Amino acid sequence: MKTQNQKAWLFVLPVLLLVAFNAIIPIMTVVNYSVQETFGNNVFFWEGLGWFEQILRSERFHAALGRQFLFTALVLVIEVPLGIAIALAMPRSGFWVPVCLVTMALPMLIPWNVVGAMWNIFTLPDIGLLGYFLNHTLGITYDMTQNPVAAWVTIITMDVWHWTSLVVLLSYAGLVSIPDAYYQAAKIDGASNWSVFRYIQLPKMKNVLTIAILLRFMDSFNIYTEPFVLTGGGPGNSTTLLSIDLVKIALGQFDLGPAAAMSLIYFAITLLVSWLFYTLMTKDDAR
Amino acid sequence: MQKRHVLPIVYILFLMLPIYWLLAMSFKTTNEILAGFSLFPQTFTLQNYRVIFTDPTWYWGYINSIIYVSLNTVISVFVALPAAYAFSRYRFLGDKQLFFWLLTNRMAPAAVFALPFFQLYSSVGLFDTYLAVALAHCLFNIPLAVWILEGFMSGVPKELDETAYVDGYPFWRFFTTIFLPTIKAGVGVAAFFCFMFSWVELLLAKTLTAVAAKPIAATMTKTASSAGYELGLLAAAGTLTIIPGAIVIYFVRNYIAKGFAMGRV
Repeated sequence: MKTQNQKAWLFVLPVLLLVAFNAIIPIMTVVNYSVQETFGNNVFFWEGLGWFEQILRSERFHAALGRQFLFTALVLVIEVPLGIAIALAMPRSGFWVPVCLVTMALPMLIPWNVVGAMWNIFTLPDIGLLGYFLNHTLGITYDMTQNPVAAWVTIITMDVWHWTSLVVLLSYAGLVSIPDAYYQAAKIDGASNWSVFRYIQLPKMKNVLTIAILLRFMDSFNIYTEPFVLTGGGPGNSTTLLSIDLVKIALGQFDLGPAAAMSLIYFAITLLVSWLFYTLMTKDDAR
Repeated sequence: MQKRHVLPIVYILFLMLPIYWLLAMSFKTTNEILAGFSLFPQTFTLQNYRVIFTDPTWYWGYINSIIYVSLNTVISVFVALPAAYAFSRYRFLGDKQLFFWLLTNRMAPAAVFALPFFQLYSSVGLFDTYLAVALAHCLFNIPLAVWILEGFMSGVPKELDETAYVDGYPFWRFFTTIFLPTIKAGVGVAAFFCFMFSWVELLLAKTLTAVAAKPIAATMTKTASSAGYELGLLAAAGTLTIIPGAIVIYFVRNYIAKGFAMGRV
């Protein structure tokens, strides 16, 4: 049981100040833009909620939001089961454990624009390893600058390459925390592999999986740099995810009002979905 | 070798392929890359690396990145420690709401905040300093560090605190000489994640710097546009960005596996 102690606020204060400085001032700037219209020269006119209405009704926004949800859903559906499966198949002790961990963590430590650039040269049709292999060895016509399906396959594969290891590392950490006695008990009871997974391993991994799924959701929903460097949102608009569209509006067309309104809607959606995940996955916790 | 090890082995091979390709390209001349497909460098050259190590605009990019990333890691872990202790040991007014609010800051798309951040840091006179990038990255690293450390601290029994109190330890001595050593794995994991997310982030780092604190990633994008398409040079620069991360993960490899298991996380 935790003790009630209001002085604990003093411990939290430095964190609060630093994060608030970075979070509240910029978000108020965004709110400020979102209700005004500007023609440059720092002249602003009150616009009210007009931008929000315009964005919520715009088909361009619906399309980008749809692509964003599709991307995040595909990424989660592939990465979470794959990550768990790999963690289950990894050795639990011995020489190969650090080797696996270090090699698997490597993609996560590469700056995001480098990830985009390296997948770009990896998939170039005539001089990239994957592009050459698909086009010239297997004879499949593959060019992600022309074909939207190829572009989608490429960004999904890139994200699986980049982030599955996060799920692996976290699940693996949950798995190694299970005492041997549990497995011995299961063996005596004659439990099948599936029941061992369902009733011993999965519950023990629940907390780390909550973190993994939440992090994967937030980061894939906000992804910008990698697909921007890799496909630039193309061909056409086929891989223009929400954040890419947002930057196009904000910096490309310099429409600050609509861009700000769109950012706030975007943020609200992320917040809502994360909150749902968070409450659903922690509701049995006794905290 | 057992049958079940096939999956991790295939996965690791899949991870290594694009990295191999980057490495192979970095040893090729740009002409060879553009001339056609070759699995191994035909004319092995170190010229790309020589350029990076002799040109200050290149190697200062690496130094700048390492400075602000380290600064951010130290700040994040340092302020997260007492906060995580408060969350794991005490109940106070608004604690749960505050905890979730902290987490929400990881959800803000960096693309949204680029322009307001630029205005904010320019107005306080920190634009183009290491501190600006280090502080900006606190936005997403502090919440993560608090989250991870809270998990580890909750795994330590409360009796430890009480015994130390009865033995007459002042709080700060208990915290630094007894409590910190017991959760050092957690500190390692938190520092690793802070390092990682600060090292790979580019959008804010690029927005907040111009010359003096420019990160390596920004140098790379600039070269890509100004000097035509120097693929070999870019590949070499990309390869070098992998190294600091690889060194860090090598040092924390045991903490990552054992560490997470220890905490409630």
